Amino acid sequence: MKITQISVFLENRKGRLSEVCSMLGQADVNIRALTIAETESFGVLRMVVDKPSEAADLFRKNGITANLTDVVAAEVPDKPGGLAAVLKTLSDHDVNVEYMYGFVEKNSENALLVFRFDNPELAAQVLRENGLKVIDEKGIQGL
Amino acid sequence: MDITYWNKDLETMDRSAIESMQLKRLQALVEKSLKTEFFKKRLARAGISSAEDITSLDDLRRLPFNVKDDLRQNFPTGLLAVDMQEVVRVHSSSGTTGIPTVIYLTQQDMDNWTDLLARSIVATGCSSKDVFQNMMSYGLFTGGLGLHYGAERVGMTVIPVGGGNTQRQVQIMKDFRTTVLHITPSYLLHIHSKLDSFNTRPEELHIERAFLGAEPYSENTRLKLEALFGMHAFNSYGLSEMNGPGVAFECMYKRGMHVWEDAYILEIIDPETGQQLPDGELGEVVLTNLVRSAMPLFRYRTRDLAYVNPEPCRCGRTHRRLSRIQGRTDDMLIVNGVNVFPSQIEEVIMAVPEVGTNYLIHLTKDGSLDKLTVKVEIYSKLFTGDMRELDALKGMIKEKLKASITINPVIELHEPGALPHSEGKAKRVLDEREML
Repeated sequence: MKITQISVFLENRKGRLSEVCSMLGQADVNIRALTIAETESFGVLRMVVDKPSEAADLFRKNGITANLTDVVAAEVPDKPGGLAAVLKTLSDHDVNVEYMYGFVEKNSENALLVFRFDNPELAAQVLRENGLKVIDEKGIQGL
Repeated sequence: MDITYWNKDLETMDRSAIESMQLKRLQALVEKSLKTEFFKKRLARAGISSAEDITSLDDLRRLPFNVKDDLRQNFPTGLLAVDMQEVVRVHSSSGTTGIPTVIYLTQQDMDNWTDLLARSIVATGCSSKDVFQNMMSYGLFTGGLGLHYGAERVGMTVIPVGGGNTQRQVQIMKDFRTTVLHITPSYLLHIHSKLDSFNTRPEELHIERAFLGAEPYSENTRLKLEALFGMHAFNSYGLSEMNGPGVAFECMYKRGMHVWEDAYILEIIDPETGQQLPDGELGEVVLTNLVRSAMPLFRYRTRDLAYVNPEPCRCGRTHRRLSRIQGRTDDMLIVNGVNVFPSQIEEVIMAVPEVGTNYLIHLTKDGSLDKLTVKVEIYSKLFTGDMRELDALKGMIKEKLKASITINPVIELHEPGALPHSEGKAKRVLDEREML
């Protein structure tokens, strides 16, 4: 149960992030979760959106360098120790997390976590078997 | 591969025939030159007062060199050797850096030039079946009109679109099924970076060949363009003082540019001493135009650096080949005391697949030291979203450049389309160091 993450290459230039986000806003694409990894001269914006294929098209047409990656999104209880428990479970099953980021959902007691695994299928299965709710594309649209 | 010729006799005649033709034409050139006050004085100082003073090709060395400044000093008509009424064409440099340099051609000169271009075009394997999209600027610049006339003489279907308006260029390529382009390499790289935004894949185009010229570029840029468009790219050499394109052109084997030696005398000299260098040694290209009567010009120092390959070519042409232009005597950068040519940097970065189609060499001061920053656009299709790969890419480019130019550069990665681009000749160096 993988979902699509969009990664955007951003050079370090004033207003660039704002331009990219405005583009999404104008096209009525909603960002569900995001993170930015950066160095002194460039960054990579990673995000989960409600309409990934529209967003990818939009970026391609506007000459923005973007790439789609499979990630797994899961809901964890928004309380102390919630994330720690999930990570321990993954570690116990030898599932390696390449990177992850989180978002607190508006209308629920849960936090949304986005994980990048080297083996997303296996990871999703481990999460589900341990009672966590893995979100699919439809679920992302509904958030 | 079938080898095609425009004028097989001239293109394959033996060296002695080329040289005797050169001598005869050189004598005529000296005679023409003596009609201008400037050359009359200059030749007199060298002890030459008539064509009869030239008895062998070795006498070429008695003629003084001429440089760009001589053309400027004589602006506008000081070097004109015929009545203006006989002139049918004027070309000129832009003059953005000073007084323009201007050239004149009679109808016969035009015919001679056009024939050399037809010869060049056919040498690449083109024929009247081809559709030729000429994307060089028209007007006073020699590149656009020169190839235009040559292509018409070959009988190609010529689309005289000129430079600029990328979206329209791509649409024309599709509409008319263009097979041959004439374009600067930097603009062709730029076009490739825009194809996606026009919803066009390179495979939808029908480009088989491109004539690349008007600016220096590396072999790796050629290879990259050939791979991106699935075509053959041919190197072309010329300069307006020598009429423009058609001085030298690659044949279908693409191993250096045949200099049309029945029309031009080629010398390579040491730019410091002016001494002639043997074939194979890198030096300044010096050219004598043997087929222009309106404005004679001999031993012109081009400031371009290249070497000559005298080996016979598989195509059967006997005209010696000129290497890719390695740089210019005036474009060498001195970075913290080390000599660097922009072409060395281009050679390295264009060999990296993850590097896109544009780059900029930026020089600044960091205290008293020079700082060399190489800004490159990344190639979108190879972007995986992985930071570590990008960091590794930066490190790799840095190491490779350091190995080549012995200077440690700063590498910046940029988005495709973010660096300044040009629809004509590219500006690849931005030198913002305070001059001493």
